[in-house]
Amino acid sequence: MSTEHLGGRSAVDVGGGHGSGGEGFDVDDPRNTRFDLVREGIRRDGMEIVHYAPAFPLGKKSRVEKRVERTVALLFVLAGLLAIGFVVAYIWWPFRYQYGPVASKLYTPILGATLGGSMVVMGLGVIVWAKKLLPSEEVVQDRHDGPSPYDEQKLTGATIMNVVDETGVKRRPLIKAALLLPAAGLGAAAVAPLVGGLLKNPSDGHPLLTTGWNPANNDGKAVALTRDDGTPIRPEDVNPRGQMTVFPGIPGGSTTKWADSPVLLIHLAPEDAAALRASIAESEQRLAAGQSVAKPVVNGMWQDFVAYSKICTHAGCPASLFEQQTNRLLCPCHQSQFLIIDQAKPIFGPANRKLPMLPLDVQNGFFVARSDFLEPIGPTYWERPVEIDQQEATS
Amino acid sequence: MSPRKRRFELAKVPASVGVGLDERLQGATLLRRALNKVFPNHWSFLLGEIALYSFIVLLLTGTFLALFFDPSMTDVEYNGSYAPLRGTAMSQAFNSSLHLSFDVRGGLVMRQMHHWAALLFMAAILVHMFRIFFTGAFRKPRELNWVIGVLLFWLGFFEGFCGYGLPDDALSGTGLRIATGIILSIPVIGTWTYLSLFGGEFPGTEIIPRLYIVHVLLVPALLLALITVHLALMVKQKHTQFAGPGRTEHNVVGVRMVPAFALKTGGFFLLIFGVIGLLGGLIQINPIWLFGPYKGEVVSAASQPDWYVMFLDGSTRLMPDWDLHLGPYTVPGMFWPTVVLPGVLTMLAIFYPQIDRRIYRDREAHHLLQRPRDTAARTALGMMAIAFFMVLTISGGNDVVAQKLNISLNAMTWGGRVALLIAPPIAFYVTYRICLGLQQHDREVLSHGVETGIIKRLPDGRFIEVHQPLSGNHLEYTGAPVPKKMNKIGALGPAVRGFFRPIEKSAPPPPAATPVSPADAPRSLEEAKPPKR
Repeated sequence: MSTEHLGGRSAVDVGGGHGSGGEGFDVDDPRNTRFDLVREGIRRDGMEIVHYAPAFPLGKKSRVEKRVERTVALLFVLAGLLAIGFVVAYIWWPFRYQYGPVASKLYTPILGATLGGSMVVMGLGVIVWAKKLLPSEEVVQDRHDGPSPYDEQKLTGATIMNVVDETGVKRRPLIKAALLLPAAGLGAAAVAPLVGGLLKNPSDGHPLLTTGWNPANNDGKAVALTRDDGTPIRPEDVNPRGQMTVFPGIPGGSTTKWADSPVLLIHLAPEDAAALRASIAESEQRLAAGQSVAKPVVNGMWQDFVAYSKICTHAGCPASLFEQQTNRLLCPCHQSQFLIIDQAKPIFGPANRKLPMLPLDVQNGFFVARSDFLEPIGPTYWERPVEIDQQEATS
Repeated sequence: MSPRKRRFELAKVPASVGVGLDERLQGATLLRRALNKVFPNHWSFLLGEIALYSFIVLLLTGTFLALFFDPSMTDVEYNGSYAPLRGTAMSQAFNSSLHLSFDVRGGLVMRQMHHWAALLFMAAILVHMFRIFFTGAFRKPRELNWVIGVLLFWLGFFEGFCGYGLPDDALSGTGLRIATGIILSIPVIGTWTYLSLFGGEFPGTEIIPRLYIVHVLLVPALLLALITVHLALMVKQKHTQFAGPGRTEHNVVGVRMVPAFALKTGGFFLLIFGVIGLLGGLIQINPIWLFGPYKGEVVSAASQPDWYVMFLDGSTRLMPDWDLHLGPYTVPGMFWPTVVLPGVLTMLAIFYPQIDRRIYRDREAHHLLQRPRDTAARTALGMMAIAFFMVLTISGGNDVVAQKLNISLNAMTWGGRVALLIAPPIAFYVTYRICLGLQQHDREVLSHGVETGIIKRLPDGRFIEVHQPLSGNHLEYTGAPVPKKMNKIGALGPAVRGFFRPIEKSAPPPPAATPVSPADAPRSLEEAKPPKR
């Protein structure tokens, strides 16, 4: 019935230990080996060992077994050495960033190589151990699948439904009705602090309609175009075909506080400027004639200079890759392309609207914005107005 | 029995502790059942483990990072070790990220391990989901765990996106800016949601602290809870298994949890951890000091998000400029590829078990897995989804592809638009045919035997290939693997082991008779026919 346990046999047949398994199994029977107890436990857990064989026979170790043993031990020693190497490097290797080819450049690679290497080698050791030295086994376990017995379902269902009966909600509709109010009220109370604390009304100060170029930010005076260090810009500062990113000349104008305000100031070549003027004139004519046109039509040029919002009308990235040869602005996020000599209308990609043009002027020899943008900059949204009523936006 | 003086015996400590515990907790039966739990073996069952173990690495490294990262938008001037950025104005969030990278011992390796672990986590989840899909493991009774898995993917996606936004470098700010575009595109509530979440106009000073609490508390707690439920359901419902000898719908065949499974999975955990450690130390990722602090006007070409976000970036790039005007209101074109598309994909995935039930008219519970070839329609649908995902992901980096391969960027966009429409149906058709072909080949081997590669000339001059029948009896097609090569049925002896020299005696020579004995040669012309293709 029972095979001799671990005595150099190659496989175990199925069955209990002494006492022949089942109810009659005596766990204290001295003839039972430990493995007989294990097998009885397995049997009681609804399982069955269908195949069980030690990786190597007991007794004298074979050359293969010794080799596997050495391999596992070697991997563990190596893992330990690498781990010690990690700790040593972590403590004593110089780690602060320094310029040039210095030892500290190797700090992170050494940490990764020693820590990662240690774990990989250790993992390999454990896996070799598991695969080569553990007994091979195949165990079958009952799944005990399927639903609970019908009786159980019925009894539990009744228990649940009985709760409703016992509370008597059906009998006392007044309580049921009265419960609705606190349910709704407490539900709303749970949500209110979160929503109420966060809520911002888009009409409150019109943040989406105004930018740093609004004279209201500069005591009502026209806002100067400045570099990121705040210095104003003369027309001579930008060569023909050149371009420059400019910011509103107000405190913090070039910081992320005014992330909606960066503008690309472009000095067009004379022929390109003529093309843009013609484009604007044509749009103005169509507008006057009541024909369809991309509104608003803004003539914001100053001589051969034009300034467009850098914020892409698609998703809000800076549309700032300027292709001088083709007079296009490309947004690197989703590849919308805008033709700067045609009022920056989109000519390719997912963007649907032209880049807003900033009305330019020169006062005392420096560039200023005549007014804020005449249309909302940045991505389109549900209630986006086509044109901005400057009075309303700053009110 | 009880001696007056108890002598301390070390060997009896485990037993007495065990008995003592059981007297208080009554856990003996439960514990033994847990130790004896049977785990079926298959390499593809490791995919979910990769996700679990990288999540553990994420928790460990993330806790370290949280000790040093400061989610604050206060303006500061950088004054740390990294010389090229000294004197630059930046937010405290970016400053502390740089501090973490250059002035905290081992901070950079932790940051990079965290990032690599996140990429691996999402990759493992996705591949694991496809394994579940292709083998039909989502079928009754495991639909709920499938749905939890889908939610885990999106939680991981969202968690990754939040983490990516935290350092406040140029790339993370660009990602957040695109997020504002996506939120703004939602009809009716877009502007309200955008301004409320950001506490004003982008970027404001609120978003980084808010993302931080979402990234380190809310989403990880949800992930942890759902992973726990995911694993508990798996333990309760037991593993699925592939069809094979002795395996039925009502049993689990494999190895016990202790020691075989525990040792293997423990080693596997160390491997995963180690590989993430190697990646984190040796392969640079997200070098924020090269990107610099976020500024509204700064962006560069090849601004790509992490790989699992790229498919949505791709869908955004491929979308034509179709704004929908409804009177004074507009539905931006952006709404469809960034909000509607992921919504539809999620719903399709969540309800797929119900759809699959309709396709296969099968409402039964199943514990035996199906091979992808045996469910051609499902496999083809899955490949269709992969083709769709691949086109979008490649399109998410179409500027890089265009630049590296010297292709027009606009051609890449148009190519992506066309491919998005035609690649999935092609993938469906090709996969479907391949599945049927593989089924057919299995049936051929079952009825005619394995191709031996031996060409035989018959007395009448014809040549035939000799087949080795698998059995003398008729073999039913059961959806289990069929041996296709002679060495799979033991025709070749085992190789002699040893790297430099043999470490064991060479195996006894193969039996004198070749496996293909004359008795196995075709007995009729019908049998001798070469298999039809």
